[in-house]
Amino acid sequence: MISLLLILLPLLTGLAAFFIKDEKLVRTWAVLTSFATLTIAILSLCCMNDTKSLNYHCEWLPSLGASFSLKMDGVAQLLCLLNTIAYPLVFIAGWDKTYKNAKNFFALMLLAQAGIMGVFLAADALLFYFFWELALIPMYFLCSQWGGEKRVAVTFKFFIYTFIGSLLMLISILYLYGQTPDHSFSIESFYNLKLTSKQQSIPFWLMFVAFAVKMPIFPVHTWQPDTYEQAPTSTTMILSGVMVKMGVFGLIRWLFPILSTASFVWGDVITLIAIIGMIYASLIALRQDDLKRLVAYSSIAHIGLLCAGMFTQNASGMQGVMIQMFSHGINIIGLWIVVDWIERKTGTRKMSELGGLAQKAPALTIFFVIIALANIALPLTNAFVGEFLIFNGLLGSFTLYNVWYTVLAGVCIILGAAYTLRMIRKVAYGEVNELTANVSDISINGKLALGIIVVLILAAGIYPQPILDLTSGSTDSLVDKFDILRKALLK
Amino acid sequence: MQNVLQIVYLIPLLPLIGFLINGLGRKHLSKSMISAVGCGSILISFALSIWVFLQVKGGNVHTAHYFDFISVGKLKIPFEFKIDQLSSLFLLIITGIGFLIHLYSTSYMKEEKSEHFGRYFSYLNLFIFSMLLLVMGGNFVVMFIGWEGVGLCSYLLIGFWFKKHEYNKAASKAFIMNRIGDLAFLIAIFWLIAKLSTVSFDEVFTAANIAKLSSLDITVITILLFVGATGKSAQIPLYTWLPDAMAGPTPVSALIHAATMVTAGIYMIARSNILYSLSVIHAMGGEQDIRNMGGLSKKLKITFITFLIGCIAIAGIPPFSGFFSKDAILLSAFIKNPVLYGVALFAALLTAFYMFRLLFITFSGKFRGTHDQEHHLHESPPAMTIPLIVLAILAIIGGFVGIPEVFMHGGDKLGEFLSPVITEQEHHVSHATEYMLMGLSTGLVIAMIIFAWFKFRNYQRSEATGFGKVLENKWYVDEIYDAAIVKPIKKAGTFFSQVFDNKVIDGMVNGVGRLMQYSSRQLRLVQSGQVGNYVLLMVISMVLIFVIQFFLRK
Amino acid sequence: MPINYYIFLSLALFCIGIVGVLTRRNAIIIFMCIELMLNAVNLLLVAFSKMHHNAALLAGDATTIAGTDGQLFVFFIMVVAAAEVSVGLAIIVMMYRNIHSVDVNFLNRLKH
Repeated sequence: MISLLLILLPLLTGLAAFFIKDEKLVRTWAVLTSFATLTIAILSLCCMNDTKSLNYHCEWLPSLGASFSLKMDGVAQLLCLLNTIAYPLVFIAGWDKTYKNAKNFFALMLLAQAGIMGVFLAADALLFYFFWELALIPMYFLCSQWGGEKRVAVTFKFFIYTFIGSLLMLISILYLYGQTPDHSFSIESFYNLKLTSKQQSIPFWLMFVAFAVKMPIFPVHTWQPDTYEQAPTSTTMILSGVMVKMGVFGLIRWLFPILSTASFVWGDVITLIAIIGMIYASLIALRQDDLKRLVAYSSIAHIGLLCAGMFTQNASGMQGVMIQMFSHGINIIGLWIVVDWIERKTGTRKMSELGGLAQKAPALTIFFVIIALANIALPLTNAFVGEFLIFNGLLGSFTLYNVWYTVLAGVCIILGAAYTLRMIRKVAYGEVNELTANVSDISINGKLALGIIVVLILAAGIYPQPILDLTSGSTDSLVDKFDILRKALLK
Repeated sequence: MQNVLQIVYLIPLLPLIGFLINGLGRKHLSKSMISAVGCGSILISFALSIWVFLQVKGGNVHTAHYFDFISVGKLKIPFEFKIDQLSSLFLLIITGIGFLIHLYSTSYMKEEKSEHFGRYFSYLNLFIFSMLLLVMGGNFVVMFIGWEGVGLCSYLLIGFWFKKHEYNKAASKAFIMNRIGDLAFLIAIFWLIAKLSTVSFDEVFTAANIAKLSSLDITVITILLFVGATGKSAQIPLYTWLPDAMAGPTPVSALIHAATMVTAGIYMIARSNILYSLSVIHAMGGEQDIRNMGGLSKKLKITFITFLIGCIAIAGIPPFSGFFSKDAILLSAFIKNPVLYGVALFAALLTAFYMFRLLFITFSGKFRGTHDQEHHLHESPPAMTIPLIVLAILAIIGGFVGIPEVFMHGGDKLGEFLSPVITEQEHHVSHATEYMLMGLSTGLVIAMIIFAWFKFRNYQRSEATGFGKVLENKWYVDEIYDAAIVKPIKKAGTFFSQVFDNKVIDGMVNGVGRLMQYSSRQLRLVQSGQVGNYVLLMVISMVLIFVIQFFLRK
Repeated sequence: MPINYYIFLSLALFCIGIVGVLTRRNAIIIFMCIELMLNAVNLLLVAFSKMHHNAALLAGDATTIAGTDGQLFVFFIMVVAAAEVSVGLAIIVMMYRNIHSVDVNFLNRLKH
């Protein structure tokens, strides 16, 4: 029941927002409802094992074997929590911004939240696909209406990229649907499929490409920097903080349990691609002058690590991915808030034109440095726990090349430090110039949003165990599945 | 009943609180308040450390377990502190010297604005906090937390005056170079987890677990840990950040690097000594209190004397502390391999040479600074001289705790104290050889000093030439790294971002779109409007279909 | 008469129709050629229908209706062809009224 509420609330309030003309009112409406959704998500944590009150099931298209069923396991809970934390943060940070057609903007944002939530909760393949597209459509309008100069071309690219991915996934879903004995889209029938390794390969790649585009990982990532750059920053926050997790989530709930043999067989190839992508994106980030593009590429590097971590297929790696998904979402939203403030106050995102913000905006700089350090996984910040576990998983994974993977991926730790410190140095330190001379320190709502983020960073960095406990059930079952599979294959 | 050592968490907690108070209240607190908080928190920690040290000396060794930091599957990493002989000794050193540095800083930094003064002290407190985590950590992960924390603080301290770009660059460089070492350390931890699925010192260093490690495992882990230590201790090949950091803004912070951070690497090796089983390590313990002398003493009489003592100590003239530690190192090198001994001796001689070169250049000959600088020179206030004197005394007597058996039976108090933690190798040299080696090294060192005296007594700055120039530029290692690593990375980044990402990958993506547009444009031409053409196409297609049908049927 | 003769005749008629459609520009002639093709097919249908029917009779079943469906098709085609003629001729008449010509090449403006 709670899961249904989590989707319905943003959906209905989003639709209602279309009819609120007054800008201030609609903004307040958005903040309040996003807090209401957050409350429900927190409530869901209280009844952790009570599946009856968490899940929801009703008939939808019985003739097709599709039902409207929602399932809320630990991973879904964590990601719903991320989704519901992200929205108030984004709205608070953007409190002092004005949009043309504000009602449409906030309505679409809330609709996107409903779509994303549905993706995390759907326990029916057709429903999953439905929500997957539903989350994309508001994003398309948000980017193409409120974006930067090149928004039309960039949004078109973004849409085509993700849409092709979705269609490939649809083909895969339909194939699997055809294989189910009872012709049903329900997740249980998909889980019970017994396919040979040969049968799994093609649907595996079709589905993986869809998730890979969404994450995105190299080499299907080129929509991402452009879109992050051109989209309105609030939308970018949601895109990078929450929406890209849809791809990783897809791996956990759909790809791995259904097509586990293929996931095991192709694991090495994909890990290698992911790690190449990490190094590639880190190297590019090292040479960016535009702040938004730098953050975008650093995000590609981090997501590459998440993907590699998933394919370690052991407890440490996967648990690392879980907590890292949450951490990355929080951290990158923080970075965007800082970047957005800098752009609004100086009118530029070019690092070569910035400098000396530490003198003009000390509070902003402190937040910036803390979040940036969390981005490079300094111990006692949230990202350390995730990266530590993922790297540990990489070295402990069952491939022949685990040491090489770890070392290569480890290079990104160093490169990450290099580009992040370069960013801090160029933006915050040095002498003030005429562009930055009149910058004021971050406003009170920005401070509030960043303060919450820093608290979350430290809390999850010092005591991460609750989050790990939340997701351990889901990963344990996956790990068991892979263990059995591995033993069977190696016999 | 719970062990009294359960409360050791107070030792790192106090500097952390100091950091928070000074960091958050830097705009509101007065300078004297800030100094009181900064120094006071460390002083209490120091007092607690003494108490802990006495406890440990009384035989009370304890691992305090607080909460589960990370627990995944079989892997459990608790947040725990391990208090034994080794860590209690280092606690004393860190809080003790840390306090002296704090004290020194109160007057050194007194001309800063109170905002920056507070910031500075908060960094210092954070530094001590990290160092304490490092030495108290009961497993490799907690140690690593402190390890990276120290790197962060050095980054913050080197870049303290953030307006200057070269300082910021030096800071970034220090952090990144440290990270290379950190990565090696991390991989060593992962390796241990993969083999033993534990990182706690208590569990790793048991005979049963050590036996589980193959010789390859041990080699890899020790090498990786060693690389980690080189990063932090600024050894070849990861040392080039240290000169930059020293040239950086705050000599005091430079000092703290030399004094404490360098110790971190030594501590880590000492902690994992079972894997190394070298006997030299305990000798290194004495080394760090001398090192800091070099940086501290810059000005005038008392300073000169303390500086001289520092130099002598580092150069290793008996009976100063450096002598015994250096001697112990040389001796064990000799036991291992005479070639190693030669190399170590040569390095020791060079050290003596450059320390005295520094001394003579600084204090003899004409003053080479500007008038303005000359005007500012004055004898340091007590807050600065007292720490110096304390350190000098330590440098003199420090050596005696590690006095070798050859001089005094049972004199090696330090070795005795640490023996539960550190496994010793038996010495297999006669006393005569030991005397001879000592004599040889001391003689050579004195000769070196005299040589330096003649060479630099009337030193005037001149362009170094030939080999001297190579040395002056630190062997051009920075330049080599720049050319061999940094530049290619930058080039690759530029290539990837401007060519590969834009042209190749995005080119392919856009190419697909363009291909579609192009082919539609071409296909459009078929739609000519000539009815004849349509019919012709229709007929041809029909014929084709028949032909295909005809052939496929066979 | 062997079936071959019918086949060759209708093939010849069909080819004449195709060549006519392809080469002539006068809409009315093209139209006639299309009719020719349709009738070639009709001829073939009737011929085959008769053949099958005779074969069934020879097999001894006096009441058989085998093969008669081919002749039904012929009626069907005739009806469609009649409808087509009425629409087609109407178009040609309109075309002549507009451009005073029945040359189909003048119609290429339709593509714009």
